[in-house]
Amino acid sequence: MNLQLTEDGRLRHLLTLDGLPRAIILQILDTAESFMDVGEREVKKVPLLRGKSIFNLFFEPSTRTRTTFEIAAKRLSADVVNLNIATSSQTKGEAILDTVDNLAAMHADMFIMRHAQSGAAHFIARHVAPHISVVNAGDGRHAHPTQGLLDMFTIRRYKGEFHNLTVAIVGDVLHSRVARSQIHALTTLGVPEVRVIGPKTLLPQGVEQMGVKVFHDMEAGLAGCDVVIMLRLQNERMKGARLPSAQEYFKFFGLTPEKLALAKPDAIVMHPGPMNRGVEIASEVADGPQSVILPQVTYGIAVRMAVMAMLAGTGNA
Amino acid sequence: MKIHIKNGRVIDPTNVRDEVADVYIAAGKIVGNGHAPADFHANRTIDASGLIVCPGLVDLSVRLREPGFEYKATLESEMLAAAAGGITSLACPPDTDPPLDEPGLVEMLKFRARNLPGPRVYPVGALTQKLEGRMLTEMAELAEAGCRAFTQADAPLADTLVLLRAMEYAATFGFCLWLRPQDVSLAKGGVAHDGAIAARLGLPGIPALAETVALATILQLAQETGARIHLARLSTRDGIAMVGAAKAQGLAVTCDVACTHVHLSENDLIGFDSHMHLVPPLRSLRDRDAIREALRDGTIDALCSDHTPVDEDEKQRPFGESVPGASGVELLLPLTLKWAREMGVPLMQAIDLVSRKPAQILGIPAGSLSVGSGADLCVFDEAADWVVTPRTLASQGDNTPFLNRPMQGRVRYTLIDGHIDFEAAP
Repeated sequence: MNLQLTEDGRLRHLLTLDGLPRAIILQILDTAESFMDVGEREVKKVPLLRGKSIFNLFFEPSTRTRTTFEIAAKRLSADVVNLNIATSSQTKGEAILDTVDNLAAMHADMFIMRHAQSGAAHFIARHVAPHISVVNAGDGRHAHPTQGLLDMFTIRRYKGEFHNLTVAIVGDVLHSRVARSQIHALTTLGVPEVRVIGPKTLLPQGVEQMGVKVFHDMEAGLAGCDVVIMLRLQNERMKGARLPSAQEYFKFFGLTPEKLALAKPDAIVMHPGPMNRGVEIASEVADGPQSVILPQVTYGIAVRMAVMAMLAGTGNA
Repeated sequence: MKIHIKNGRVIDPTNVRDEVADVYIAAGKIVGNGHAPADFHANRTIDASGLIVCPGLVDLSVRLREPGFEYKATLESEMLAAAAGGITSLACPPDTDPPLDEPGLVEMLKFRARNLPGPRVYPVGALTQKLEGRMLTEMAELAEAGCRAFTQADAPLADTLVLLRAMEYAATFGFCLWLRPQDVSLAKGGVAHDGAIAARLGLPGIPALAETVALATILQLAQETGARIHLARLSTRDGIAMVGAAKAQGLAVTCDVACTHVHLSENDLIGFDSHMHLVPPLRSLRDRDAIREALRDGTIDALCSDHTPVDEDEKQRPFGESVPGASGVELLLPLTLKWAREMGVPLMQAIDLVSRKPAQILGIPAGSLSVGSGADLCVFDEAADWVVTPRTLASQGDNTPFLNRPMQGRVRYTLIDGHIDFEAAP
């Protein structure tokens, strides 16, 4: 039943953090820790994935995520092929399977894929030959597991433990695959209080059943938090039926130094990027002493190396 | 052709009869029930010992995919599949290509169907031209060509004024409108029930409100215009409660649900199986349980298959891009029996929901085993175990949420107009 684990419980694909065992999440974080120094060496490479072909299969445009996957794969000595398949009518439907079949015929070992449809990574994982691993680099609103993992890595680096934390996720949870992956990881790792903060138009129906506390008042939601995670507000959502304007959003849900002061004094501020300064976050906060937004990017490479190394080690090596 | 069906357990909801008896058929009619008419010499005797003999099933929604979608299924394949499912009469919605919005198209479909073995085909006419929701069709002409009712099927009808006029016009002639309540704006872009599972899976939602808001409008307009309304494919607890209340106030409305929605819920979407992508969406367990109860208490009048064969390539896509719908003519009976077993409902009541009652809604003289009625019968083995696979289904559409699941109950013979149109391999 569990598509992303082998029969003996090791990582086979990374599709979602929903239901991923705590032990595996911790194993990924520990492995990432061991890769942290690779980036600081003069020769930034280890030979773990030498001879492996990794295909970056992006059905949706992305610069940052694709680049960090590419760097991670190259540091593991893998051969990387980037495919940016612009979302057009031709890439829909069976064309996706055709694309994947063609790449598999070129002896791919791993697909890193991003797609606009929730569940697309599951769909491909179910289809590929047993020796190919799929890493979900974002599927619709559903999941972005490596982002969720790098966020956990960041929290652990700064806070040490999970069991005593209050974490707030602020903004457009409805459309956010990042938020969903964070929520699953945080609850799995034993964070006692996970809050989501946002207007009712940007929170999904039934979100509390994912184990979070819902706040519509940002001041109340931030009170006493150890970690504040801001979500990106997509440009197309800034005006319309869900929000009247970016200005009003910033006034009530943007993170300013004044609002951040309501969290614990040593609270850290995170953001998956790219940021909209002055919409969800003020520059003073983004660039301020509590921000760990740039370290998140650095850690992202180590975490993605860990995921790829573990997948290559699960019978695919 | 004279047929003698002997020793079967005869269940006839019209005559409230449930007993082991023999049925005699001649010249397309039932000529004896319990007693053979004088000088009856059968050409064929069917031994129905241990089997159930009931009126042939009447299915209110079967997409035959003709004209226009022959690559998904053909009239031949789907009529054969329906017969294999024990169905002897079916209503087909007008969402073909072109839609059934002109008498010529309806006549052609009827002509094609009449020359093929399989169930009697009753087209439901398009309510608006091209199903675009703007201009009314020539309903009276379509009725003369054989349309039993009028519907938008799953095509949107966003303009409430058009709906009001359609009801007024239909009421002029006493025609019945079959409407699936779904507010166009509230459902826009959605692919799954807007609830905890869609929130978790990140699938765009269709709220239960999309059904109840549309239902409130329809019921209000029906009251005002006196139009006869049949509500198709209800899916929510609140929607069912609204229909129940309207019935209690004396409004002449009927309603049906699809047999898939009696057993499945939003929970079945976990894993993103595109076979679970249905219209209306599979809703919460609470909604599903309300459907099961409302079938028992009679608030829901009929069960249908909502048979929608979909090409495999159109299902082999990520959930949100897959084409919704399930193939179902061969599962209507076993899924109805499964519900009855699980709910402790007598067989007679279960069979009523798929024979006499839908026949009433369709306005056809079916669903009875009285002497003199048409010899449309289904003979089935209540206890037969089988597994749903592409090989065990006759339909060209293998798209069913029940793929590889066990079923209990299988049709052995289907008789239509006194002919054996389906006979299971021994």
